[in-house]
Amino acid sequence: MSAPTAWTVAGVRAALQAKKVSARELAAEFYGRIDRRNGELNAFLTLSAERAYAQADRIDAAIARGQALPPLAGVPVAIKDVISTRGIRTTCASKILGSYVPPYDATAVERLDRAGAVFLGKTNCDEFAMGGSNENSAYGPVRNPIAPDRVPGGSSGGSAAAVAAGLAVAALGTDTGGSIRQPGGYCGVPGLMPTYGRVSRYGLVAFASSLDKIGPFAANVADAAAVMAVIAGHDANDSTSAAVPVPDYAADLDKPLDWLRIGVPEDYFGEGLDPEVKEKVQAGIALLERLGCRRIPLQMPHTDYAIAAYYIIATAEASSNLARYDGVRYGLRVPGSTLVEMYRKTRERGFGPEVKRRIMLGTYALSAGYYDAYYLRAQKVRALIARDFADAFQKVDAIVTPTSPTAAFRLGEKTSDPLQMYLADIYTVTGSLAGVPGISVPCGKTKGGLPVGMQVLAPHFSESRVLQIASAFEKAGGSGA
Amino acid sequence: MKISREDVLKVAELAHLGLSPEEVDKYREQLDSILTYVEKLNELDLEKVEPMAQVLYAGSGDSHPELREDVLRPCDVAAPVLAEAPDAAKPFFRVPRVIEK
Repeated sequence: MSAPTAWTVAGVRAALQAKKVSARELAAEFYGRIDRRNGELNAFLTLSAERAYAQADRIDAAIARGQALPPLAGVPVAIKDVISTRGIRTTCASKILGSYVPPYDATAVERLDRAGAVFLGKTNCDEFAMGGSNENSAYGPVRNPIAPDRVPGGSSGGSAAAVAAGLAVAALGTDTGGSIRQPGGYCGVPGLMPTYGRVSRYGLVAFASSLDKIGPFAANVADAAAVMAVIAGHDANDSTSAAVPVPDYAADLDKPLDWLRIGVPEDYFGEGLDPEVKEKVQAGIALLERLGCRRIPLQMPHTDYAIAAYYIIATAEASSNLARYDGVRYGLRVPGSTLVEMYRKTRERGFGPEVKRRIMLGTYALSAGYYDAYYLRAQKVRALIARDFADAFQKVDAIVTPTSPTAAFRLGEKTSDPLQMYLADIYTVTGSLAGVPGISVPCGKTKGGLPVGMQVLAPHFSESRVLQIASAFEKAGGSGA
Repeated sequence: MKISREDVLKVAELAHLGLSPEEVDKYREQLDSILTYVEKLNELDLEKVEPMAQVLYAGSGDSHPELREDVLRPCDVAAPVLAEAPDAAKPFFRVPRVIEK
């Protein structure tokens, strides 16, 4: 069997314009791939063929009329199932929304639609995006396409796996504490977390509103930039969406890295970091130096407190956001003799174990007598972590770290101890708390063949720099080393 | 021990979350372990630190520079919204009786 074509955004465009393939044929090819692989991988929860073919036909009609093509014309994409899609079931990988069909598109989805993308379907994830392994989905785990006995990472595991397995050219994920970067690292594909407020959250089902971001996965950095160019920008429907102009990401991609100052925080290379991951990321940093960057050692003194602060803030916000699932307006309802009994039974049956655990932790942290001890303290520590980043960016242009302390672990390996699962987020939650953009770019493989991710972080709204560094690294062969 | 069985039951009640007796025991143990870990936040002197209530505009004095104009916009979504409700009696959501006769 020959390897299937590795489609890219530019490749799709060229093939459509040369009439080597139609958008409909391309969609059909991807549905064929999904048909062959999804039984094993479980990356897709819902396929949206009707909408996909309608979108493809619009592109084919535009080509037939000789019209200019929009930027993502005919590009088959997958969308994480916590992002609302009009007329397409959106479950958040939860039983409580098992048959929910949103009446509207999220802004990011609407922008992809206008840009000509073809929506293949909705991808599996941890329930309400809570998890780092995709094992918290109510619809079963996703398998890592590189090593099927291993997790794809989470929470956007289905999106990362779909792109890594060639079942979509690009995908949307969401990142709250690492949920794009970590699965990108585990599956060996670039995954970009934008600055907080860079991409509208309108239509993203809320988990932790001060931390949630929508961002792209793609087979290469240029394609991630192409998707970002479409979804970024101010949206009046999201009051936290920033009115900061969006630069031309594609034009910035090929700028040389001359004299960029790369900060390497010593705290990120200590205890708990797998030696093989460390070696790969150190080699990656050495490659960046050969490409013209200057390496500058950094101290980020509050890193050690990030997980504690993150899990208080994220669960507190989640406990509040998930109060809306009460059986009244949408989703599951389990009848009860009183209103409160109906709430309790609906939530007991509808939520899975990790979601219940986080609602419990968050409710506790916000409850009378504990607010100051937990939530307020965590918000103060968040300010210190943001200050660590602000101080660092006085001295450096970007920060480079491992994405995760290990490569992908085995399915079931960490499910019994939630705290151990949380601790694996150490390198990603800091940037999440500070609200800065970050990418995980593939950085070679372990001896066992598992992908390693290198994280690049930059100041607020510096997605261009993050993409520029990752692209130069990829083009210099860093991803395959 | 940071958290008792009674605490877990109280929190579940606040969260309107039904839990089985096994879940109560399991969450007591797990929350205890997580809250013990979180105690490390007490190592820091936070007396003079302001909590971070805004991600992008902390300390800028203008926390919402992008608020839109307060103008009416059409919002004709009642029908599709009610169509997703488990029990609707247009134009209402129907729930178990709240007020006793």
